[in-house]
Amino acid sequence: MRLTRRTAWSAVGVAAALLLAGCSSDDGGGSEEPAASDSAGGDLTPVKLQLQWFTQAQFAGYYAAVDQGYYEDEGLDVEIVEGGTDIVPQSVLADGSVDYAIAWVPKALASREQGAGITDVAQIFQRSGTLQVSFADKGITSAADLEGKTVGNWGYGNEFELFAGMTKAGLDPATDVTLVQQQFDMNAFLAGDIDAAQAMTYNEYAQLLEAENPETGELYTADDFTAVDWNDEGTAMLQDAIWANSEKLASDEAYQDTTVKFIKASLKGWIFARDNPEEARDLVVAAGSQLGNSHQLWMTNEVNKLIWPSPDGIGMIDEDAWTQTVDVALTTKNDQGATVITTEPDAEAYTNEYVEKALAELQDEGVDVSGEDFEPIDVTLEAGGK
Amino acid sequence: MTDLATTLAPERTAPVPVRPRERSTARRRILVGVLAVLLLAALWELVKVVVPDAGGHLGEASVLPRTDDLAMPHVWDIVERVLQPETSATGSPTVLGAMLSACWFTLRVALAGWLVGSVGGLLLAALMQRWQLAEHALVPWVVLSQTVPLIALAPLVVGWGGRIHIGAFEWQRWMSVALIASYLAFFPVTIGALRGFQSPPAAQVELFRAQAATWNRTMLSLRLPASVPYLLPALRLGAATAVVGAIVAEVSTGTKGGIGRLIISYAQSASGDPAKPWAAIAAAALLGLLAAGLVSLLGLGLGRYRYAEVR
Repeated sequence: MRLTRRTAWSAVGVAAALLLAGCSSDDGGGSEEPAASDSAGGDLTPVKLQLQWFTQAQFAGYYAAVDQGYYEDEGLDVEIVEGGTDIVPQSVLADGSVDYAIAWVPKALASREQGAGITDVAQIFQRSGTLQVSFADKGITSAADLEGKTVGNWGYGNEFELFAGMTKAGLDPATDVTLVQQQFDMNAFLAGDIDAAQAMTYNEYAQLLEAENPETGELYTADDFTAVDWNDEGTAMLQDAIWANSEKLASDEAYQDTTVKFIKASLKGWIFARDNPEEARDLVVAAGSQLGNSHQLWMTNEVNKLIWPSPDGIGMIDEDAWTQTVDVALTTKNDQGATVITTEPDAEAYTNEYVEKALAELQDEGVDVSGEDFEPIDVTLEAGGK
Repeated sequence: MTDLATTLAPERTAPVPVRPRERSTARRRILVGVLAVLLLAALWELVKVVVPDAGGHLGEASVLPRTDDLAMPHVWDIVERVLQPETSATGSPTVLGAMLSACWFTLRVALAGWLVGSVGGLLLAALMQRWQLAEHALVPWVVLSQTVPLIALAPLVVGWGGRIHIGAFEWQRWMSVALIASYLAFFPVTIGALRGFQSPPAAQVELFRAQAATWNRTMLSLRLPASVPYLLPALRLGAATAVVGAIVAEVSTGTKGGIGRLIISYAQSASGDPAKPWAAIAAAALLGLLAAGLVSLLGLGLGRYRYAEVR
């Protein structure tokens, strides 16, 4: 009898130990979670910003604004919420879980058409960062050269610039090329399975330059590749923008006010990243990115190139670029015969009202908001981006 | 409708007495486990040697993966990479250090999920044992729950969680991950516990009934002890699935700090630093083993009841 009790109690003991381990994760997990809000001052307005992906230099401006206290100066307590593979920022924004979200314009327009009430309030990236990269010896320098080649794309709405470019060059994407679904990494391209692979200037293209060329034992160089740039082909679509909740924008005066402040501080963060790319890289790494150091600096620099110069001021939505994005989104069919959107977006889809106010305040402070004499830095990538 | 437990659980084996030299078998099992890992590493290298770099092709179709150093780095390269710093940033931890702290995070979240799932599974099994009607009503739902794709569920759970504020309590992202882990863990526990609760022979159940024992008494003194041989493997399985659930949910929801997130982060350097993502994948696999091993410690004090474990 006694034996039974003792054995039973030791089982209870182990169970209790596991329970404690489980509970302690409450505190541990909880304290690791708040990503970026280090101060929770009493008078600060809490704001949540949803990103499209994990912490990386693509979002350097927002992390810089947190780190440099720009949000706090405006009376905001901003928490940056990282994205994941299945998190759709515009849906998270539309359902009210966050206050602002970063999203590509065509994807956000598609969500709008399905009922997400969101408005583009600041167009941070003025240019598209999507390339179609090939080995130089394939001789692919324009969309027309893709004929008869194996062409990689990520799908999920990332393919429309490519399809529009091919259509514009007189190719039928369904029959004139072999389409291949691409992974996160560039291994299939490097192995020769894909002739022309989709790549972001700030990420996948850098991965190529961080890989070793087995023939030479050295890293690949830019001379080994050619790239089709959709900005040159005239089918580029607008990418990272700050989106706000349309309904609150229309009815909630405090939210309108917060929007101007949020945009102003975010733009300041991006201006900081322009003027101090290395410090911006350091604070992104400190914010918890696991990507390598040289890779992050490359990303900061390339993202700067997508923003600067912004002749009308950073964040202004250029009507021509917007119209081109909407045109491509309306008319280009992908391999399933679908277009991004089926009807012209309404007037609520974007507004320059708030970014204009934010820019005016920044100009009053004597800040350079257009970056006319922006010069990118030279970044040397290391093996593996370390 | 057939009885769920008999359909899904293996046939009850004949009672096997626990061997007296339990300790030496435990040592042997650890040894065999280590050998299995070494064998896997040897097999990996063998595949690299035998299969051509471009992989195996049957006509146009690829049937075997590429085996070049980019797709399958050498085992020793992976081990070497684990000991090097994560990045060249000053103060960057080694890959090993980063993976250990990530595994620790995921393990805690998975254990929290496992606890919730196990308690839920036990209660559900007790309910189904108590009322046959409940068993018939719930079985389809229990089975259906496991056919819902996890990646469809994850953003929904995060979405609901994001709106929960009760007083000072605010739903955290890791809680969504734990909830998804518990969703996977409850299934084997429910099935195992139900089968265990129903395992006492009719003669024993009738003895209790003849003594006018209440349902509670029968549960505590007969059914619960009798379920131990079924419950322990179910709990171990639950622990392993909780880890899988936690990793998938981390990837899906982008939760910071865990091994799932590390796998995706490292995968971004797969073209230039191929050993790095493989290191994280190996760590995730080891974590599942560790979680199952931890849970099997529960069985240490229950030797008396483990007369016929269904392994």
